This record gives sequence, C-alpha cells and structure tokens, in this order.
Amino acid sequence: MTSDHPHDPGHDHDHARTFQPDLSEPTSDAALIGVALRRLMIERGVYSAEEERATIERMAGANPGNGARIVARAWSDPAFKERLLADGAEAIKELGYDLSPLEFTVLENTDRLHNVVVCTLCSCYPRALLGQSPAWYKSKNYRARVVREPRAVLAEFGVALADDVEVRVHDSTAELRYMILPQRPAGTEGLDEADLAALVTRDSLIGTQRDLTPKDPAAR
Amino acid sequence: MSENTQDALPCWGPHDVGGRAAGPVDRSEHDTAQWEWQIDAMVRLLLQKGVLSDFAELRDGIEKLTPEDYERLGYYERWAAAVAYALIDKGVIAEDELRATVESLKEGRSAAGGAGAA
Repeated sequence: MTSDHPHDPGHDHDHARTFQPDLSEPTSDAALIGVALRRLMIERGVYSAEEERATIERMAGANPGNGARIVARAWSDPAFKERLLADGAEAIKELGYDLSPLEFTVLENTDRLHNVVVCTLCSCYPRALLGQSPAWYKSKNYRARVVREPRAVLAEFGVALADDVEVRVHDSTAELRYMILPQRPAGTEGLDEADLAALVTRDSLIGTQRDLTPKDPAAR
Repeated sequence: MSENTQDALPCWGPHDVGGRAAGPVDRSEHDTAQWEWQIDAMVRLLLQKGVLSDFAELRDGIEKLTPEDYERLGYYERWAAAVAYALIDKGVIAEDELRATVESLKEGRSAAGGAGAA
C-alpha cells in the first residue's frame, strides 16, 4: 500500500530541466492589476490573507505524485484499472480523490496507441492530480500545434513514434479533464505500488512522454 | 510543417489557437511566483464565495482581450485582466478605484527605490 512509504512520489519529477527566469516580483502593469485586485479584495474582507494562504498551500501541495499513485494502482490491480477506464471520476474516489463536478477520463496507452492531452482554448488540466501545469502546456505553441501535427510536437519532447502507432489528441474542456495511463515498464513485476508510482512522471500523465524507465535498484 | 491552410480562416477569438501555425514548444520549466499564486488563489476564493459564479465568467474576460493583448500578456496577467473585467462588470469594484490602487502600488515601488516591497 502507499500510505506509509517514506518518499513522496512525484516530488522530484523533471527537476533536471532548465528553468525559465523567475518572476518573483510583479513588475508589468498587467501584473500590478492583479496585485491591486488582491489588495482591494483583502481590504474589503471579501477574503482574508489567511484564507489566501491556506488556498495557496493546498494548491501548491498537489503534485504529479497523486496521478502516479492512481497509475500504480491501475498497474497493480486489473479490476481497479477496468473501473478507472470506465469511469475515472468515480474510480479515483477509492483513492480519496474527488474531482466532482468535473468529469475525469483516463486514456490507456498501448503498443499501438499513444494518447496526448491538450487544452486548445485555455489551460484545463487535472491540477488536483498533477499539480500546476507546466508553462509549455499553457503556451500557444503547444496548444496550436499538438492538435495539428502531434507527431512533430511529440518528437520535440523526445517521443519517437513508429508509423503503426496511432496518436489520439484529447482536447480538455472546462467540464472534462484527462489523464494518460502510461504503459507499465518491463522488469517491474516485483515492485510494490509506492515503487511503481515513483517511476511515473508528470509528462507521461500528459502524454508528452511515452516510455518510462525502471530505476536502477542499486541507486535506491 | 509549413502549410497553414487553417490560418486562412477568420480568427474567432485570440484564445482559439488549436490548429494554427506556431513555433517550437519552449519546454523549459517555470516556477509559479508568489504573485501568480495569489492571483490563482483569488480566482478560487472568488468562486468559492460566489463573487464570481463560474469559470466561464472569467474565460469571457480572457476571450475579450484583443489578439495583441492576448499575445503580450503572460498567463496570470490574462487571469488578472479577466478578474478585473468581471469585478468591474459586476459592480464589485469601480474602474477608478482599481486605477488608483495600481497607481499607489507604483508609487510605493518607486519610493522604495525600485526594490520590490510586496
């Protein structure tokens, strides 16, 4: 079970990448509008600084480890996987996640099928399960192109798809969120759910990564 | 891919980018800054308190941006613009007082020698 594992699956995903410049202080006029709105709302007691703090803490606490835990359960429990693919929103309640009133659909990658998620109109994303969406997910270039030339975009992410692998692109909406169920890597038969979850990356849950690699047991 | 037949179609809104021609994806990561979290939290709390009725109200403000502003503004800047639009539209705040608050923030910043006192 995953309840008492000492590490936090998902805590270290993708940290090896470069970071865009930190905008720690708002400087643009447009950002200052946000700062001004916040000041007005708090001054008027529409919400309190304490409520803001608690909200940020909750949002910042969500990370891809949640999605990874769902994937690990599906890999380990075929009956759960069947329920998950049939009705994602209902099945994840078994693990304590409730996205209602949103619909939630999980899409399974197979040898012949690769799924990838986008929100062309905005930035819809299962944040409770994956944390903050990456900047590229919200970028015009990703949103514009992945529905038109998914193989080219996936190649930029290092995903080389054989011609006989079908690609399906799923466009999220305000009411419906998607997550990918990546393929379980070979050689992981002996792993428990916590160790399996640790193999699952954020990008594999979005579909911009296809192959997961089992970690070297000696490195653990 | 170089063909962009779909760009011959009219632009129904700056947000509707699916299928348009665009450049390579910048895959670098971005840490959410504190002011961005604060805008995010503001949206959540305004929805929770019923000051805003739903996300559609906010998207409306984003989709009303001119294509130039949509391109120019960052993600959370667009959200800030949308919240401002909705709150003014609903009469929760007046445009004048928002302008005055922005001005006083700017003055506070230049008084602090440009160092960002929050």
